[in-house]
Order: sequence, then C-alpha cells, then structure tokens
Amino acid sequence: MHRDVMVITEVRQNKLLPVSLELTGKARALADKLKTRVTAVVLYNGMDVELETMINHGADRVIHSRDKIFRLFNQAVHTNVISRIIEEEAPEIVLAGATSTGRTVLPAVAGRINTGLTADCTGLDIEQESGLLLQTRPAIGGNIMATIKTPEHRPQMATVRPKTFKIPDPVRRSGEIIEFKLSEHLKKTSVEPLGFKKLPGNEENIQELDVIVSGGKGLKRKESFKMLERLAKLLDGAVGASRPTIEAKWMDYPHQVGLSGKVVSPKLYFAIGISGAIQHIAGMETSGLIVAVNKDKNAPIFEFSDYGFCGDLFDILPKLISRIEEKKNADGDQHV
Amino acid sequence: MRIVVLIKQVPDTDDVKLDPEKGTMIREGTGNIINPLDLNALQAAVEIKAVMKPETRITAVSMGPLSTEYALREAMALGADDCLLLTDRRFAGADSWSTAKVLSCAIKEIGEVDIILAGEKATDGETGQVGPEVAAMLNIPFSTYISDIKPGENKVTVTRTVEDGYELQRIDYPCLMTVISAINNPGMPTLEGKMRARRAAIKRMSADELRIDEKALGLKGSPTRVVKVTTPKKTRQTRLYSGSSIDEGIGELIEVLEAKGLL
Repeated sequence: MHRDVMVITEVRQNKLLPVSLELTGKARALADKLKTRVTAVVLYNGMDVELETMINHGADRVIHSRDKIFRLFNQAVHTNVISRIIEEEAPEIVLAGATSTGRTVLPAVAGRINTGLTADCTGLDIEQESGLLLQTRPAIGGNIMATIKTPEHRPQMATVRPKTFKIPDPVRRSGEIIEFKLSEHLKKTSVEPLGFKKLPGNEENIQELDVIVSGGKGLKRKESFKMLERLAKLLDGAVGASRPTIEAKWMDYPHQVGLSGKVVSPKLYFAIGISGAIQHIAGMETSGLIVAVNKDKNAPIFEFSDYGFCGDLFDILPKLISRIEEKKNADGDQHV
Repeated sequence: MRIVVLIKQVPDTDDVKLDPEKGTMIREGTGNIINPLDLNALQAAVEIKAVMKPETRITAVSMGPLSTEYALREAMALGADDCLLLTDRRFAGADSWSTAKVLSCAIKEIGEVDIILAGEKATDGETGQVGPEVAAMLNIPFSTYISDIKPGENKVTVTRTVEDGYELQRIDYPCLMTVISAINNPGMPTLEGKMRARRAAIKRMSADELRIDEKALGLKGSPTRVVKVTTPKKTRQTRLYSGSSIDEGIGELIEVLEAKGLL
C-alpha cells in the first residue's frame, strides 16, 4: 500500500487552473512528511495540458484521462471517474480546489464512497504523532478557525481555497504518467451538458487575481462602478461587489464577494463604500492588504482594514486614481 | 410532481455585529432565520409549481432541534404545502456527511420525489456539501450553483453560474439542484399562507422512524471531527485617515503598494 496524497487537478477551457499547481506543491510537502507519493489526477479534453507540469511541481505520478466528454463540465462523469480512481488507488489524502467544480464533485464523491470532507480549507498539515491530516478552515463567518480531522474514514478529503498556497518553483524531475481507461459505463449519466457561455468581455475569475477593487451601496449608482473598473485596470485587478449591489443589479453575480458569493484572498483588496456586514467580511478578510474607503467612521470595515480613508469616496477615489496614474507615468518615463 | 426543499435554520448573520477585539460574533438579540439561499430554493419550488400542472406538492424538510419548527412554519407561509422535521437528540453534532445521511433517509421515506432543491450553502457552516452528498446517497443526478431552472416534461434544463461563465445542462428527473441568490427574489408570506402555517401540525421523524444505522448518527457518526477552535486576534493595525490627512494617507498607501510590487 502506498497511501498516496492525491490531487484532483482542474482544467477549464483547456487550461490548467493555478490552484492545481498550488495543491500539487502542498501535496509534495505533506507527502514528504508521510514518506509517501503524490499522485495528480488530470481529466481533460484538449492538447494544451502538459502532464509533465504536474511532475515538475511535485507529483510522482500523473493519472490522466483525455476524452472529449471532458470538453464541458459534467459533474456526474467527474464523480464517477474520481470515485473509481479513489477506489482503485486507495489514497490516504485527496485534495481539490475549493472552486465551483471542486465544491461540486468532491462532496458527491464523499457521499458515494462514504468518507469525510472538509470545505474551503486555508491550512493543511500533518499531525506528528498520528499522521492525520489537520484541515483548518474559517468558520462562523470567518471569525473562528476550526481545525478538523478525519480520524477513521479514508481517504481524508479537503477542498482548498485558491491562493492559499504558493505555486512552487518547478524543477525537472521524473515521474510516472499513467493513462486511466475510461469505460463507457463511467460515461453514462443522466446529466447532459448543453453548452458554456463565457462571461462577457475579458472578465476573469476574480478569485484568480492579485488585486480586487470592490464596491458597495456607498457608490450610490451603477455608473460609479466605472471608477472602480478604472482603478482595477491600473492595478491589473478585477472589480468585486457587495451583495446589495448585486441585488440592485449594478453588477453581475460572478463579481459578488462574501458568504453568498465568492470567498477571495487577493494580495490587495479595496472595499469602497462597503460598510462591512459580516457576510462580506467573511468573504475577504484573509486578503493581504485591505484598504477601505467609507464616509462613516464607525463602519465595521475599518476594523478589518490596514488603511482606512474616512470621507466622501467621490472625492477620495479620483484622487487616488490620479496619483497612481501619475506615479505609473513617472515610472514609465524613467524606463524610456 | 413532488418537490422537496431542504431547509436549514441559521443564526441571523445579517444583523450580527463583530467584536473586533475578540473577533467573535455578537449574538445578542439575533434570532434564527431560514438560511437565505434556502429561501431562493423555496421560491424556485413555488415557481416550478406554478408551471407544472397538475398537482405539484412542495414539502419542506429540515433537520434540527424542535425550535426548527419556526423555520418550517415560515417555509409553509412562503408556499410549502407541508413539512417534515427530522429531530432527535442523537442527530446533534452531525457533520455534512451525517446530515446528508439523515436527509437522504427522510427523502426515501417520503417516497416518490421528482425534484429536491436546496441553497448552494448555508451562511453558518458554509460548506455547500450537503446537497451533492444527498444526491450521491440517493444515487440521483444533481447540479449546483444554479441561477435558472426551466422544468420540462421529463427533464429539467438549468443554468449554472460559475467563476468564468454560464453552463447550460439538461438533467433527468428525479434530481437535486442547489441554487444561488441570482436565481430569483424570494417572495413574501401571504396572509393565507401565514394562517395555514400557524394551524399546521408539524410532522416529526426520529432516527428510529427513519431507520438510520446508529453508527451514522450525530457527532459519533460523523467522519470529520473538529479538534481545535481558535479565534484569530485582530491583527491589522488600521491607519485611519480623514479630512486633511487623506492626501498624506494616499501617499503612504502608494509607497506601500510600490514596495510590495503591486503598482
């Protein structure tokens, strides 16, 4: 028995998501403590995924299945295939990204193979004496951290928030690439994917970016988000939004930050005109640097910020934008 | 057609303030509510019932202590035809797997169910795991993060709103669907609904009546175990600028962003 640490990678639109490499790196560290192997599972359709990437980031083995059925996400096929691989391989630990895919497939797998699963982990370690996986996650709106174990059931499974761990520097190493033969039986499902429509424009998944500029009701109207877009663009970031602004249809749901939207952890987070309801705080408080702009000096958001600007956002934001523009222009000139 | 809506009663976090020193919720004066996304699930059921003729019945199901009756009566006021409370001391401390076990056994007891609806996650535990786990235990197809439902004769067409776009899927009945807030605006209770809810007898079932294996129940039956809880201390030293110090603050912020390589 090898009792591997297994990483379920994620390929979307022919691209391997960064969280897959973050988890491969973390799995390497966990496997070293357990003196075992890392196995990465890759289910994909296109040509663009290089399986060696997983090995260079820490995997010993890559189990892959390339099939056109993976062109569109099908939770039923994913559940079938991943459950089967786990049954055959009997890993000790299974990790996946806490993305819409991981948070859909892994619980179905846990329900099928009857084991424990911890959602949205932000910390993983091995307990020295027992060798058990310590799974740490924020709970009750992010105000406490709970450490969870799966003492008896196997595998121990966790979904992990993107950007929790750093992608390790790749090193050239050797590993085994194993093809998983997909039987017709595993492909037969009662779910039929009909299509995928990408978000309009060049919008990216806000969870993947280093900078998020979020707006709340303090923006007063939909058009004010233009200012936020400008600031986000300057910083190569994306625009986020609080729940009330989504409900007012000022922004689309994929931008929603908070418990009922996305939980994000960028290097830099702006909360502009957001008072800081617990449901929003819980969605962003693990961000690196937090900057808040609000007219109410008692707004809870200030308690969770590194930099707070108390005043009229319609004065402060244009100033901030123009000073950053000046700075960037000046830096640009120096390079000429 | 029979629709089951899975309901969770949660603390009302919208009104909750945080104690910034301790980092804990100030729970005083906060009541219990139906998990907000479960209200969207219930509303979706009401809308399906409106188009699926004849005879669609909506049953609200919840696992919890006796006080969960409140949430179930609320669900009836909002459009559920009947409800079922799964309550037993031995359920206490259940993790998502054990909760799903109880709910799936209850759905088996209800019998012919065509659609199961639930919120994508609850505001307290926020795992989002119970829905897919229930589907897996019942061995029925499911979908998650749903923002649109178009019920048909033999299949339902759904839109999943995910990180980078929208997925369209067609699923056979019976199926389980978890919804997000973008799907609808939950309705208000009607006077007639409130009257009916007040009068209704709440049906209860225990672990024995559900014929669940003792080994799957509650804290003891849960595969996962919380072993440590810590309260992160307030770690941020907020630099607050207002009035004339704002310009200076912007300058400091820009320096920090530059130092961190974020500009």
